[in-house]
Amino acid sequence: MAARSKEKREIIIFLIFVIAVLVIPLFLTGSYLINVFVFVGINTLLAVALNLLLGYAGQISLGHAAFFGLGAYISGILTTRFGLDPWFALVIAALANGMLAFIIGFPILKLKGHYLAMATLGFGIIMFIIFNETVSITGGPSGLPGIPNIQIGPLIFDSDLRNYYLIWIITLAVMLLSINLSQSRIGRALRAIHDSEVAARVMGVNARILKVQIFTVSALISALAGSLYAHTMTFIAPASFGFNFSVELLTMVIIGGLGSIYGSFLGAAILTVLPEFLRVLQDFDIIVYGLMLIVMTMYMPGGLISGLQQIIEYAGRKMRQKGGADAAG
Amino acid sequence: MDSSRQLIQYILSGLYNGAIYALIGFGFAIIHNATGIINFAQGEFVMLGGMLTIFFLAVLNLPLLPSIILAILFSTVAGVAFERLAIRPLKNAKPLIMVIITIGASILIRGIVMVVGGKNTHAVPAFSGNDPLYIAGATIMPQHLWIFAITILIIIANRIFFNFSITGKAMRACAYNSQAASLVGIDVKTMVLISFVISSAIGSMAGIIIAPLTMTSYDVGIMLGLKGFCAVIIGGMSSGLGTVMGGLILGLLESLGAGYISASYKDAIAFIMLLLILFIRPEGLFSKKETERV
Amino acid sequence: MTKKMFWAVFSLLIAGLMAGSAFAAEAIKIGALLSVSGPASFLGEPERNTAVMMVDEINKAGGVKGRKLDLVVYDTQGDATKAVQAANKLIKDDKVVAIIGDSTTGNTMAVIPVVEKAEIPLISCAAGFKITDPVKKWVFKTAQNDALAVQRIFDHMKKQKISKVAIITVSDGFGASGREQLVLHAKKFDIQIISDETYAPKDTDMTAQLTKIRGSEAQAIVCWGTNPGPAIVARNVKQLGITIPLYMSHGVSSKRFIELAGDASEGIILPSGRVIVAAQLPKTDPQRKSLLNYVENYRKRFKVEGDHFGGHAWDAVMLLKGAIERGADSPATIRDQLEKTEKFAGIGGIFNYSPQDHAGLTSEAFVLVQIKQKNWTLVK
Repeated sequence: MAARSKEKREIIIFLIFVIAVLVIPLFLTGSYLINVFVFVGINTLLAVALNLLLGYAGQISLGHAAFFGLGAYISGILTTRFGLDPWFALVIAALANGMLAFIIGFPILKLKGHYLAMATLGFGIIMFIIFNETVSITGGPSGLPGIPNIQIGPLIFDSDLRNYYLIWIITLAVMLLSINLSQSRIGRALRAIHDSEVAARVMGVNARILKVQIFTVSALISALAGSLYAHTMTFIAPASFGFNFSVELLTMVIIGGLGSIYGSFLGAAILTVLPEFLRVLQDFDIIVYGLMLIVMTMYMPGGLISGLQQIIEYAGRKMRQKGGADAAG
Repeated sequence: MDSSRQLIQYILSGLYNGAIYALIGFGFAIIHNATGIINFAQGEFVMLGGMLTIFFLAVLNLPLLPSIILAILFSTVAGVAFERLAIRPLKNAKPLIMVIITIGASILIRGIVMVVGGKNTHAVPAFSGNDPLYIAGATIMPQHLWIFAITILIIIANRIFFNFSITGKAMRACAYNSQAASLVGIDVKTMVLISFVISSAIGSMAGIIIAPLTMTSYDVGIMLGLKGFCAVIIGGMSSGLGTVMGGLILGLLESLGAGYISASYKDAIAFIMLLLILFIRPEGLFSKKETERV
Repeated sequence: MTKKMFWAVFSLLIAGLMAGSAFAAEAIKIGALLSVSGPASFLGEPERNTAVMMVDEINKAGGVKGRKLDLVVYDTQGDATKAVQAANKLIKDDKVVAIIGDSTTGNTMAVIPVVEKAEIPLISCAAGFKITDPVKKWVFKTAQNDALAVQRIFDHMKKQKISKVAIITVSDGFGASGREQLVLHAKKFDIQIISDETYAPKDTDMTAQLTKIRGSEAQAIVCWGTNPGPAIVARNVKQLGITIPLYMSHGVSSKRFIELAGDASEGIILPSGRVIVAAQLPKTDPQRKSLLNYVENYRKRFKVEGDHFGGHAWDAVMLLKGAIERGADSPATIRDQLEKTEKFAGIGGIFNYSPQDHAGLTSEAFVLVQIKQKNWTLVK
């Protein structure tokens, strides 16, 4: 019975979230915030992708910006140089990335802890150098302009509002799938691997294959985000896909809370919007950023989601205590 | 004739760049051996060495040698502060947490130096002049000789410290098994602190001796730190000859690669080597294979 | 008594309101997107400083046509994503009538679709020729085309009968653009590029690339980048005993380069905006006065000399001022007036915009200088 009502509650929470996302733009016509939320959507997609790997399976990746960039560039190049339809290019980009991740996943995921972190870091930097140096294909450091918007039939996604809905519908779908994943048998297996890979193996979990599979899915979603990004911005440059962004993604997941999909949204939202508030600090913002990373990791390891949950629980307890005291007194 | 001259130049360049990577790699190796952590902020100590030297030289107008000594001292203090504030409270944290913390620390240190010192690049005077020296048809600068000399000194000092002093041996004991080490009475916490002291001192020294050649700015630490890390992965985290070999090999490969294949992908060489070694022989080329404990 | 007091207070209020409204002529809001921090900070920081300084100066003198300028600056950190977000904010939230920036070609290209759609004029401080070629209705720029700098260099080389050249460029937006222009224009000057090397922005040693160049038949080297890379190249050149002429780009037209390169800077030739040799210009040069003013005022406020890059922002602000002075105050009218700019003597050169030319400069915008004894000398 308890499981049923918990499930019901989760469905309600998700529905509320969906409705909020769909309805908010109606209150914001003409505001630049719609543009901000477009990027929150893309970043949420990326954070969820990383969270699947990091929060569920416990595998560190410091190079996820590479998949994001690869998705963006494949999509951008196929549409600008080969005239492919953006929708089609998006699918190809995602699949290509998935395949790449599947192939390199086997050797890379044999590594653990710091070594895995460094290997993904190295991979990310190699991809960045490739984006930067293959000038004739990618446009090099000056970027790739003129990427067409996505088009479905007569509907062209060329405004912030339309891109908002396109991106968020996809993001919501991915969030739903991820939440379902965490409840499923695969999700439990992933958590087992996270806690102790050896124990999971002993229990019959094929850790190796599962890790590679989740790595592939993560890369696929990141590439999807990359394509959406490319067709929204209509311009991409290597600087957006470097080590700095990989660290930003990691921060989003950590701040939001490892393993929590809503946490990924929260982390993405905060980090996309934060620069607005840090603008007043000008050069000091990089100091605030570093401090935030350290302090959050040290004192709030469960991320803001667990912090929020704790606050809610605390408030709930206090109210019950008060109720009890009132009843007694 | 000219092509052999070219080859010698590539080799020499590779060696002196490799020596720098080796020095930086020592810092990683020493902390890793004592604590199991990869300190992403190691590159920032290299940066601090150069930047602090400029500060003492140009702002306080001190002569070169006192500036250098003070720079090393202050960098070491920064290292201690870092250990105390960010590392010690998290004794048994997962690798992920430590990775984030050290990355956060490197961002923080860089940010502070940027705000205080500005974004500009600064030149540091060479220790013994700017006239090139000729060796077998290739040229190096006197500063490169300083780099070789100091690298050798540090290797020797490391050897003596870790093999012949009680503290050094105690640190090696911690590296093998910190629980057993504390059982025989070694204060693991102090060993960790000492490892940070040594690493930040060596790191800042590396930064100071290369600053006259590469100039210094608030963000030199990033790439150098990463390449230093590649050096220890290639050579093995031994904080001895293995790390040095790793650095030299990396420097040579970069130089020869840039000379004979393509300079555009020079940086990629370091990371491709990193990936290859991690895939094929993760303990490094010159380390003994260890069995992984379950 | 009370009635009198009431009327006294009332009339004071009215007087106050009227006086207040006399000063409350609405400020004109301009936005700036600049890469103040990040990999292009060598561009963005002097540009931001200059823009802020110029707007302050203008406001202190009473504004433009009695209206103050309200400058909103956003740091785009050299990142295209942040540039687009900031552009949207400037347009939809701050409701600016014109935008200055961005500092880099990449960021400018990212922002162009946004301003074209919103119909807000953009004055870019970046040099890429793609920005204004083909001409876009709402986009102008103040930085000189790299092509003009390249032409100056090749022109000089041709006079020296140099026909085989090695180039070494940095792998960022500035260097890539320079490389593109070098390759594009070489044939016109009968020059063959026999060696095409690159280095990364944070590379600390270029002896490998230069050793390769030393072993080639190159008669001259062109290095295209911004500090500190070219300083290291200069030093490496000296170390390797390379004696063929070394040309650099306007990316190093600042005293800082000479400081960093030290003795290795001797003899290097580079194209530059007139700002670094302002004092050496003949008194009849139309830019001389503004140049000297700029260098002095920047030095007073920021403790370093005004440089070539800050000049791009100077030009953008003053061009806007000119347009507003000619009666423009809305995005569309500002754009129209900008397009009519004629013979404007700025820091980067003398600007003449037209419906077909939103770049406004010719190769006269560059002079050729040589470093002799750690100082700039004009090359005839």
